[in-house]
Amino acid sequence: MARLPITEAGLIEAYGPHLNEAPPGGWDAGLEVDEVVETHCCFCGQQCGIKLKVHDNAVVGFEPWYDFPFNEGKLCPKGVKRYLQGSHPDRLLHPMVRDESAPGGFRDVSWDEALSRVASEIQRIQATYGDDAFAMLSGVSLTNEKSYLVGKFARLALHTANLDYNGRYCMVSAGVGNKKALGIDRAPNPWSDIPLADVVWVAGSNVAETFPITTSYIWRARDRGAKLIVQDPRVVPLARTADLFLPVRPGSDSALFGAVLHELIRNDWLDHEFIAAHTVDFDQAAAAAADMTPAWAADITGVPAARIEEAAELWGTAATGMMLHARGIEQQTKGVDNVLAAINLGLATGKFGKPGCGVSTITGQGNGQGGREHGHKCDQLPGNRDISNPEHREAVAKVWEVDESEIPGKGIPAQEIIEAIHDGTIKGLLSICFNPAVSSPDSNFTKEALDKLEFYSVIDFFLSETAQHADVVLAGSLHEEDEGTSTSGEGRIIKINAAVTPPGEARLDWEILLEIAERLGKGDHFRYGSTHEIFEELCRASSGGTADYTGATWERVEAEHGLFWPIPEVGHPGTPRLHEGGTFSHPDGKARFHGVPYRPPAEVVDDEYPIWLTTGRVVSQYLSGAQTRRIASLVAQYPEPLCEIHPKLAERLGIAHGDQVTVRSRRGEITLPAAVVTTIRPDTVFIPYHWPGRKAANQLTIRAVDPLSKMPEFKVAAVHVARAAGRPA
Amino acid sequence: MKATRYGIDDRPVFAIDPSRCIGCEACVQACAECGTHRGQSLIHLERIDRTASTQTAPMVCMHCEDPTCAQVCPADAIKQNEEGIVQSALKPRCIGCSNCVIACPFGVPKYVADFDQMMKCDMCTDRTSEGYAPMCASVCPSEALWYGTPEEFHATRHGELLDDWLFGRQAVHTKVFAVVDDAAGGPLDVLGATTGTWLDDPFGLEG
Repeated sequence: MARLPITEAGLIEAYGPHLNEAPPGGWDAGLEVDEVVETHCCFCGQQCGIKLKVHDNAVVGFEPWYDFPFNEGKLCPKGVKRYLQGSHPDRLLHPMVRDESAPGGFRDVSWDEALSRVASEIQRIQATYGDDAFAMLSGVSLTNEKSYLVGKFARLALHTANLDYNGRYCMVSAGVGNKKALGIDRAPNPWSDIPLADVVWVAGSNVAETFPITTSYIWRARDRGAKLIVQDPRVVPLARTADLFLPVRPGSDSALFGAVLHELIRNDWLDHEFIAAHTVDFDQAAAAAADMTPAWAADITGVPAARIEEAAELWGTAATGMMLHARGIEQQTKGVDNVLAAINLGLATGKFGKPGCGVSTITGQGNGQGGREHGHKCDQLPGNRDISNPEHREAVAKVWEVDESEIPGKGIPAQEIIEAIHDGTIKGLLSICFNPAVSSPDSNFTKEALDKLEFYSVIDFFLSETAQHADVVLAGSLHEEDEGTSTSGEGRIIKINAAVTPPGEARLDWEILLEIAERLGKGDHFRYGSTHEIFEELCRASSGGTADYTGATWERVEAEHGLFWPIPEVGHPGTPRLHEGGTFSHPDGKARFHGVPYRPPAEVVDDEYPIWLTTGRVVSQYLSGAQTRRIASLVAQYPEPLCEIHPKLAERLGIAHGDQVTVRSRRGEITLPAAVVTTIRPDTVFIPYHWPGRKAANQLTIRAVDPLSKMPEFKVAAVHVARAAGRPA
Repeated sequence: MKATRYGIDDRPVFAIDPSRCIGCEACVQACAECGTHRGQSLIHLERIDRTASTQTAPMVCMHCEDPTCAQVCPADAIKQNEEGIVQSALKPRCIGCSNCVIACPFGVPKYVADFDQMMKCDMCTDRTSEGYAPMCASVCPSEALWYGTPEEFHATRHGELLDDWLFGRQAVHTKVFAVVDDAAGGPLDVLGATTGTWLDDPFGLEG
């Protein structure tokens, strides 16, 4: 029974989000710093180095870590204030079970009672409905060690095929596109390549608010004279000073890329030698772009044809160039198409495998890159291996010391897991590090699904909006409470160091999983005494895969300020730049062009829903906000969602700045204040998605997914916008 | 890579380039973490006109050679140290009149009611005296706020450093620099005209 035990208001009163204003003891406590721990930020895929100050087993502040080469002390506001999630009044300190009669809806229980209940419910559901009726959802704020463990735990302890992760809502379109075109799922470049580029093209990434540190790399290129192109429906902060702005209509990116390829071909701005020696299927890409003239694309994208021609000239005639793309082009039903069309532009001009050259995703989540490599994706095993490939299965079975047949097959992706819960084929769920109540599209549907679970258990450190539905809550660990590695957006393996131990009765996440495995009678597969032992097994399991960590050690990772995989043997220096000399990761060493014909988004505007909606983030909040909505000074920066709307559209709809507006789609509606700004396309509104319930932008978004990556279309929906009902004009 | 710690002879300088500011407020959040005024941020981040633009401007104390704030202080509470750093008002002298708040051409001093005192950026004396960059320039992810030697600046960055300003008829010389395209153009005239860019019509609506 996974309905909320008491009212939402009651749950919030008991478990927050409450706001933590100050470090332990208050600002004037003058606490002695016992220890300063070098580690990394717990938030995005940039994984900035940071030093945490510790007093009496509590993190009490931070200090810039100037010597970590990636960010040299720089941080965004979330990194500065991250330490306030420790010693937080909402921190879960005990295991709990749902209890409608308890004041907060949950009652503290012993670990033994909580874990036994979880194990017996897993067994009951699997005995009644089959193994795959119990699913697991995970996330990539987890370290590599925990990601690996979750993958092994789901396959061997739960014996379910249905494990997936929240990268399904993040980088997965880029992963699929990179694998298809380049043969490997990793950013092709270290960030040190960005300053070497003569043109930097940022496509669908609000870098200033989502990856603030990357702006300094882009400026270093501009200091050398590089040109900056920004492609976005909004004049985002980085776009303000761009040399060329491409104000693309939401969901039309592949048309823009197609027209640029068309122009590269028409003007012969091609690297024929590179295309001949290092690629195949250029003809297919060229054929698909044959009719994609700038005038045609201008109609679809809303970008003036002259600017498309200028983009092609800047990109096509520059000796070096980097394109950086992110969720803007990836969170679409043609996310993979958009990525492939972007890569086409890099291949056509020979911009791969050289200093200052590449087309790269900017990985979103902290361990988005590493987490997906180690097997907690529904179709993958450690080392970025394919769970449907017999040889890959055999290799992992050997490390796990099981028969290959004991590893379940390919499961269903995250959004389909939510739908399978809704339609009743999945009855039980264990989740960690995932807050789908806020982050899944069509949140009213998601909530209905969660209500239908027969049994739901969650490992978490705060009672997130999803965790509110739990039958059993297992108090887990914060980032700064455990040791391990993560792999940043550059493909750089870095060391996460524990600053403190879990408070109260809370436990380390991996120890909780081991306890559940033990109670399911599968403890023999999980005899680890430390996360270091898990890391060593992870390296062995990755050996021979594309994401090969064979030569990585914690000692080297720390001493060398990170190591770039692949590291296929002991002593190997690591691989900062992929595809050197035009050698790609497909068996024949060649990259693939793809023909990318244009197709419209899943939902397009019409008379009833005439305005485009796009969603995204603000700089002071991270993803579903489960952590950052609990930190007072971050909340003060941008307290609630606003609907950005252009003055021309606002005037037509009779909306003034600050008016309450109701934005309605076929899924639901939200009422929120209007922010009238000239920085957004006049046919589009923007709402950030970090908030739950009636403030959730995902009430409006559509459950349509990319056919290959299964990424939902968070970036495009059709909506109706009006001044909120019942308010005087 | 820039030095992480400077000696006295390095004579590092502070520079502001608002064109790089992304409005993230890392500086504001980090300033509040600094050891001497914890919980109270003394840097300003101004949103210029959000309806028209995402332009924001971070404002530390510019540490004027002849500070207007000190000139107008009736209690003689605002002092400069040997390095030319203009301090917060001396607590025993400050009468909380806010003359300095009104007079500063850069809008820097704040009257903090909780302390009944004018407080302002002191360029993180506790950090700079140890050779470290001020907190705001340490964390600024776009390097709109920058701390280092002039040699480092010229070796790595486009633009020039300027420390002369014109506010109407008032000329001001500051310790903190602004980054401009061409310093030969003379003092930075803050009331001067701006030139047109694509930003006048970002979406190509005017044809």
